[in-house]
Amino acid sequence: MQTEFGVFSVGDITMDPTTGRTPTEGERLDAMVRIAKKTEEVGLDVFAAGEHHNPPFVNSSPTTLLAFVAAQTERLQLSTATTLITTNDPVKIAEDYALLQHLSGGRVDLTLGRGNTGPVYPWFGKDIRQGIDLAIENYALLHRLWREEVVDWRGRFRTPLQGFTATPRPLDDVAPFVWHGSIRSPQIAEQAAYYGDGFFANHIFWPPSHTQQMVELYRSRYEHHGHGRADQAIVGLGGQVFLAKNSQDAVRQFRPYFDQAPVYGHGPSLEDFTSQTPLTVGSPQEVIDRTLGFRDYVGHYQRQLFLVDHAGLPLGTVLDQLEMLGEHVVPVLRREFAQGRPEHVPDAPSHASLVAAHRTAAEVAA
Amino acid sequence: MTAKRLVVLSAGLSVPSSTRLLADRLTEAAVRRLGERGDAVEVEVVELRDLAHDVTDHLLTGFAPEPLAAVQRLVTSADGLVAVTPIFSASYSGLFKSFLDVLEPTALAGTPVLVGATGGTARHSLALEHAVRPLFSYLRAVVVPTAVFASTDDWGSAEGASGLSARVDRASGELAELVHRHETVREDPFEAVVPFEEQLRRLSGGDR
Repeated sequence: MQTEFGVFSVGDITMDPTTGRTPTEGERLDAMVRIAKKTEEVGLDVFAAGEHHNPPFVNSSPTTLLAFVAAQTERLQLSTATTLITTNDPVKIAEDYALLQHLSGGRVDLTLGRGNTGPVYPWFGKDIRQGIDLAIENYALLHRLWREEVVDWRGRFRTPLQGFTATPRPLDDVAPFVWHGSIRSPQIAEQAAYYGDGFFANHIFWPPSHTQQMVELYRSRYEHHGHGRADQAIVGLGGQVFLAKNSQDAVRQFRPYFDQAPVYGHGPSLEDFTSQTPLTVGSPQEVIDRTLGFRDYVGHYQRQLFLVDHAGLPLGTVLDQLEMLGEHVVPVLRREFAQGRPEHVPDAPSHASLVAAHRTAAEVAA
Repeated sequence: MTAKRLVVLSAGLSVPSSTRLLADRLTEAAVRRLGERGDAVEVEVVELRDLAHDVTDHLLTGFAPEPLAAVQRLVTSADGLVAVTPIFSASYSGLFKSFLDVLEPTALAGTPVLVGATGGTARHSLALEHAVRPLFSYLRAVVVPTAVFASTDDWGSAEGASGLSARVDRASGELAELVHRHETVREDPFEAVVPFEEQLRRLSGGDR
């Protein structure tokens, strides 16, 4: 698949401002699962879930949720938005995601993020001021645990390891694909480039210029570190949409959710925010046109995830959004994205493609 | 020779405002004093009132709408700043502070700044020393020794009687001296990325 399309959910529990009703934790978790299943049903490719350890968020354990989804889907790719590389023990990440890889038949990848809520860090014995260093050291260990059978390790942030083997081993001895997510930290773009991993740009709450700057840096450093040409680096983008058959209905329906949304609510107008960020509220054609424009500032890319379920939008509305995306938007995007895409731009990574690359590398070495 | 870039921040809320009046007098004097040193000067005057909504949006969303972003770029690359606020409730105005709150923390590091303030009576004048100066010190700006306060009395008294002109002249001379020697050097983190090998080495190295 050239470019994957899907949705990501941060798993916020937010009151529906039009009814005053707040879902329970159980209802929200059930909604996330039904959104994931619908994502597959309407022909999209990826469902990604966030990880949070503080209210008003509900999903503290992505692998538990994703395993439950894996059991009820056939081909949906499961991912995260994001997995906290700072406060989780990399040993546990290595094991949890390798296990999920086996259970899901290789349908798992993950996006690493630092988490920007200061108080969360000490709950896990960490300090946000060391966020970048934690992300670098923890991933250096995680990277080895998936690739080396027996690991000796000594670092700054966790107890040393002697002759440790993370279990289970990754499926087919191939580590899950890793995306590194960051909004503004050049060090993380550099980290993704160094390892030849993917870079995922949030691309929802901030102006496109932030995304462009990060992706440009990642691409040039990817080439610098010898993984291929800059336009062969693996890029994923977020996006935020709300659709209705015609534009005015979309704006009318979404405005109350927008006006009171967490993150940006009570601030700029819907119109201002739409012009300043990638948020698109309108007809399917408007969503198509805007999304096609993303390539103008990031180049050809491999993954597009939409945020469709936050700010208290009820489940029924979200499922309708997915139907429209699946029927009217994504098929057109697939067709248009294929136009003019050079042969040498890689497809979105999959377990099968990673296994094939692993075999080729092994043969070359032999 | 490239012109020195002087940016003027005026946080007055009415039109016309005495805050802007003071800002203009300080600016004229600074331009004149720089001219005496042979410096050409480009002046950009920013009325913070025009940016009030953008500043609030930035506080709430975490990014600057383009009109505000453009001013932030101006301020960040300035060779000198004239910053004038009305004194409200014994301190700088909320808008003035909010504008500075949403600047990058190092945006003013090393920048020469002349601070001024206006108020109803001279009893408010020390707010410049107790509030405005420490604020710019925190931002690592270089604040000139003379801060200029103008009260209603100053505007009403005969030229020279209240000493406002003398203070304006002394302060602008101090600013001109610093601006004359100033060169803005701002590091772009996207240009000067630390190579990953170095990051790893630093973490595993001896400096623990």
